[in-house]
Amino acid sequence: MSETPAPTTARTSARTTAPDRARSRPRARRPRWATHAVLLIGGILMVFPFLWQINMSLSTQAEVTSVPPSWLPATPQWKNYPAVFEQVPFLHQFVNTALVTIARVIGQLLLCTLAGYAFARMRFRGKNLVFALVLSILMVPYQIYLIPQYGVIQNLGLLNTIAGIAAPGVFSAFGTFLMRQHFLSMPASLEEAARLDGANPWQTFWRIMFPLSGPALSAVAILTALASWNDLMWPLVAATYDEKTTLAVGLTSLQGQFTTDYPVMMAASFMAMLPLMILFIVLQRRVVEGLAHSGMKG
Amino acid sequence: MSHETASAAPRSRRGGTDGWWPLVFLGPLLIGVAVFYFWPILATLINSFTVFGPFGGRTFNGLANFAQLLQDSFIPRAVLNTLIYTVIVLCGIPLAVCIASLLNQKGLRFARLYQVLFFLPAVSMPVAVSLVWRMIFNKEFGLVNWVLSLVGIDGPYWVTAPWWSLLAVSIVGLWSSLPLAIIILGAGLRGIPAELYEAAQLDGAGTVRQFFSVTVPLLTPSIFFLSIITAINGFQLFDLLFAMMGQANPAMADTQSLVYLFYSEAFRQNNQGYASVIALLILAIIGAFTLLQFRLQRRWVHYE
Repeated sequence: MSETPAPTTARTSARTTAPDRARSRPRARRPRWATHAVLLIGGILMVFPFLWQINMSLSTQAEVTSVPPSWLPATPQWKNYPAVFEQVPFLHQFVNTALVTIARVIGQLLLCTLAGYAFARMRFRGKNLVFALVLSILMVPYQIYLIPQYGVIQNLGLLNTIAGIAAPGVFSAFGTFLMRQHFLSMPASLEEAARLDGANPWQTFWRIMFPLSGPALSAVAILTALASWNDLMWPLVAATYDEKTTLAVGLTSLQGQFTTDYPVMMAASFMAMLPLMILFIVLQRRVVEGLAHSGMKG
Repeated sequence: MSHETASAAPRSRRGGTDGWWPLVFLGPLLIGVAVFYFWPILATLINSFTVFGPFGGRTFNGLANFAQLLQDSFIPRAVLNTLIYTVIVLCGIPLAVCIASLLNQKGLRFARLYQVLFFLPAVSMPVAVSLVWRMIFNKEFGLVNWVLSLVGIDGPYWVTAPWWSLLAVSIVGLWSSLPLAIIILGAGLRGIPAELYEAAQLDGAGTVRQFFSVTVPLLTPSIFFLSIITAINGFQLFDLLFAMMGQANPAMADTQSLVYLFYSEAFRQNNQGYASVIALLILAIIGAFTLLQFRLQRRWVHYE
């Protein structure tokens, strides 16, 4: 059945309609078993590290370090999961990561949308220059910003705070660029009508344009959430106490040189990834669309 | 702040400006951008001519940091490591082209399932997957060395021997950059008109011939774009290295990337002036590499 081109014809024999179909979809006639074999094997190789991680997280230390490897734990060690919360301030770090991510997503959605709208639709002197300056941020590697950003956060007294970890990532040239592209693609007639009705620019933006920006907003939100949740370098610098930092930093401190509890480390790293994995599986199409935009971000 | 009469409003606003409204819309972003991005660029330039005292003082030291860069024996190795990593990750692009073209066939069954399998690494935290890969590459009980032992090879120390650890980190980098490559190429593939395949088929081209004569040439703009962002991301190697190897790793001095060197100078040695010069070097290398790619582009990228 897998070679049937359209699922609706699954009942009737595919061969009776084959000549018609060949004309409309020339590539669909070829048997697909080889494609499926390659994609399935390749796909399983891609997710294998995650499967192995779950396996290790439910094993004993002896099973994890056994040679040859033990493929499934004799009895699943569920206690490794609660042990994470005893050995490291996982809950603190989880909440910190979530709060930082939420702050960045909301901040970017608001600021980038406003700025993107102004760059796309408003007329003012020096617009192109200001836009070029904002975009120039994207051309520069992050290391150029990092030390002075640390200085700014330090002077503001925000080291080791959620606000300090979130702040630089709230302002995004890339998000602004994406939102500007989105607003440029919308028909001008909508705004003309609102203006004729006497709406000021804020009302036009907030009542007409913002509500029509769903896909662009979700792309910005998803990219920001991924970048924020997974970020290592900035929280590593901006927060030095275990309870004040994020999951990415917390995980790196889990591996001591000689005393690492491997199953607990695997359980912690799996739980750290789980929220975004669930987000991806639930919102698959949106996440893939969002990631397709992320190419520009460098 | 427009004072037009109602009838003239749309037209005169188009001709003139929107008064103070742009400031209201742009202000919040521009304040943040100025504080967290424009000022830091300036500050890094200033810092690069500055030496930081151990207790917070700072003095102008001219070009001393740049001179140090030229004499620093860690720099050439870090540049080389970063380049090797970037080249290995770039090698994933042909693989991604093949997978993307399989994954984007019209009417492919289970496409959503395959997407989940192939794209999952793109959303997973680099630090977390590094810890898993560190286990898989473990010398004594890791899966890689177990597989090697089956064919009679005594596997190396993948995370504590300099060249081997760079290779291990690069393999993980390739694995983790594959999903984004497939996604970007997928967008390019969907832009290829179906008529071209029909025409190719009428001319008697088989699947393989179609792949090389239609898919690959028409995909070159996407491949070019992808190679630029893959290289830029490659030069940013930090998370995987940091988490897979750990800061106390004896092999780190020979495996570190430029960004790792930057981090350790800035925040472990507290040598922020010198670290600023390393940051400028990273900027220069990325800029040069991107320029080179744009130069070479004319030879192999087809635009319609």
